[in-house]
Amino acid sequence: MVPDAALSYVWALIVALAVFAYIVMDGFDLGLGILFPLFHGERERGTVMNSIAPVWDGNETWLILGGGGLMAAFPLAYAILMPALYTPVIAMLLGLIFRGVAFEFRWRTQRGRRFWDGAFFAGSTLAAFMQGVALGAILQGIRVEGRHYAGGWWDWLSLFSILTGLSLMAGYATLGASWIILKTEGELQQRAYRIARRCGAALIVGIAAVSLATPALHSQYAQRWFKWPSVLLSAQVPLLVLIAAVLFFRALKHRWERAPFLLTLALFALSYLGLGISVFPYLVPDSVTIADAASPASSQRFMLVGTVILIPIIIAYTAHAYWVFRGKVGTEGYH
Amino acid sequence: MTASAILLARAQFAFTMAFHIVFPAISIGLASYLAVLEGLWLTSGREAYLNLYKYWLKIFSVVFGMGVVSGLVMSYQFGSNWSTFADRAGPIIGPLMAYEVLTAFFLEAGFLGIMLFGLTRVGKALHYVATLAVAGGTLASAFWILAANSWMQTPAGFTISASGQLLPASWLQIIFNPSFPYRLVHMVLAAYLSTALVVGGVAAWHLLHRHDTPEVRRMFSMAMWMAALVAPIQIFAGDMHGLNTLEHQPAKIMAIEGHFESSTDGAPLVLFGLPDQDAGRVLGAIEIPGLSSLVLKHDWHAPLAGLDTVPRAEWPPVAIIFWTFRVMVALGVAIFALGVASLIARARGSLYENRLLHRAALLLGPAGILAVIAGWFTTEVGRQPFTVYHVLRTVESASPLAMPAVAASLAAFAVVYFTVFGAGAFYILRLMSSPPHAGESPTPEPGPQRSAGIVPRGLV
Repeated sequence: MVPDAALSYVWALIVALAVFAYIVMDGFDLGLGILFPLFHGERERGTVMNSIAPVWDGNETWLILGGGGLMAAFPLAYAILMPALYTPVIAMLLGLIFRGVAFEFRWRTQRGRRFWDGAFFAGSTLAAFMQGVALGAILQGIRVEGRHYAGGWWDWLSLFSILTGLSLMAGYATLGASWIILKTEGELQQRAYRIARRCGAALIVGIAAVSLATPALHSQYAQRWFKWPSVLLSAQVPLLVLIAAVLFFRALKHRWERAPFLLTLALFALSYLGLGISVFPYLVPDSVTIADAASPASSQRFMLVGTVILIPIIIAYTAHAYWVFRGKVGTEGYH
Repeated sequence: MTASAILLARAQFAFTMAFHIVFPAISIGLASYLAVLEGLWLTSGREAYLNLYKYWLKIFSVVFGMGVVSGLVMSYQFGSNWSTFADRAGPIIGPLMAYEVLTAFFLEAGFLGIMLFGLTRVGKALHYVATLAVAGGTLASAFWILAANSWMQTPAGFTISASGQLLPASWLQIIFNPSFPYRLVHMVLAAYLSTALVVGGVAAWHLLHRHDTPEVRRMFSMAMWMAALVAPIQIFAGDMHGLNTLEHQPAKIMAIEGHFESSTDGAPLVLFGLPDQDAGRVLGAIEIPGLSSLVLKHDWHAPLAGLDTVPRAEWPPVAIIFWTFRVMVALGVAIFALGVASLIARARGSLYENRLLHRAALLLGPAGILAVIAGWFTTEVGRQPFTVYHVLRTVESASPLAMPAVAASLAAFAVVYFTVFGAGAFYILRLMSSPPHAGESPTPEPGPQRSAGIVPRGLV
């Protein structure tokens, strides 16, 4: 009845990939919510909504899998992180509820449409900001005693967590704007190019600021980044970020359609990798490792059976959905 | 957490759960109802069934969506308010809930796209497979979530580690724990019955408003058959579930019955009264002597133990479950009576003309849902003061959080839930307010392009 080390790393990888799948997939539709007030009139707003309508609910299910997987595979980490992130998590959930029902409700009412459009914007923005805040709160450190969270319910709030919150918002907005570039044409697309440039600039500033602040938070982070010889590998990450950023702005300048979205995804992947370098092998930085938090092998194995059967099916139909809805969205939706 | 913070955390769970459970219950019932409607359409070829199918499909998609968003909250609440429970019971509850999530969110969502958008495109047979898959998916997620819930009521197949974690020893024993089969049957029947009453209520409303179409008649007749046939089965299943509870959680039954004191020669059935937990007696009790022994032990004179045989620290809150149980039973009896009345009206050939019957059906439209909530309170509050029965106390399960945190989040949930689900209920009622008619559309117009995304376009 002891945890199995290899199995635990498999599960850590599954949870990490589920969270990343969530970040990139819900990221662009949250980003569109953040940018929603910049789109005017029913024609534009309808187009924007319809560009993500077929896929958003599938996107959000990865959040449930990430949370559920964490609880089942690493209950101790889940039990420490959730109370520590109490306010950001609940605010995020409430934001997601509002924006989720707004998709359906805005079509059901004439009078209330402005309200639900507002809910779509506010819910998306709140959820995005709070996800970033939660990330910052984890990085800056969580007080743990024994098997419990030992801090207060405002510990998550700091300049650093606000910085990560704003940075993630900028990142999602960049994804959203590049998605619009990919999915529309004409005037709306031209505007999206301009929005993407501004949001992209904010994102680069955010990535730089968080990258500089993180090693300063705890000496352990700095050690993991600058340790010889792995520094040879970890140093490539900021270098690649720089290359991706330069390419991103070139792509915007040359009005390429697909490259901005793909390069923003690359920036997200690199930042995520950077986070991994900072915290691995900890789930709760510097107090609970993957091995500490792992549930017994029996639990992880039991769950793995269903996961290896169902996840490929899910990936297949998700991929198919994106394939079916490739190309431009008209004002009437995909036809 | 302090005692009052724990009370707020429990209130928060009860509040979010009471909202949530309505949607899956109706989803389970409607998914199966849709499968029956489509099956009848395919075999009989009658258009009325197809129109009913499309009519209820629209409502199903809204109900299902609200079930997803309210369920999202539930899956995080175990960590936010009940983190010690999540740590201790996570190795067992976690995988069961993960299976529930995988089946509920992914399988159902995948086939729902075909259900909503594929009827004219994938062909009848494949479309029917999708409908059956969604119905199967709702039942599969009920299976897993009730396995988790029943395990908390009657835990089995586990060991306790040095750090206090509950570890799985036998997954078969964990899943098929002693109360699971009874709870699963009782809950699925409740979902079917609740849905039938909603369908019957909508049909009755249209009959009362002279929208006497073949579709309305068909759904009223089907709903009344369900009430007449399933209500007696449900009462029997509930009785079996009660006997199972008597065996495994006797204190819960004692509290439901209001039996503070043991009876040596036949325990009375307390019809009504005001249970006083501190004084340990029922004030103003109206009793039928010996009947409780007859119901529970099948003998008028059988002795029956009372709460005086249980340490006070293990008493559940008696007054709450004493009353929620009676509400559930009263609603069950009313539903049974509606079923009987419909049989009489049917025999007389006045099923579609008897306005008194229609009024009763309309009035009892929400009765099933209310009975589900009342029953849920009975069984969950009856589990107190434990989260995992006789293994983990509620006071040991809570997060290390201060009262203001729990109070603030409860207030936020209340505001958001009333706004969002209030609006959702309003839109559902509006869909229901127009009668099903010939040439019914399967999606509300105008509408977003939605789960269509997961329909393989090659197929459609």
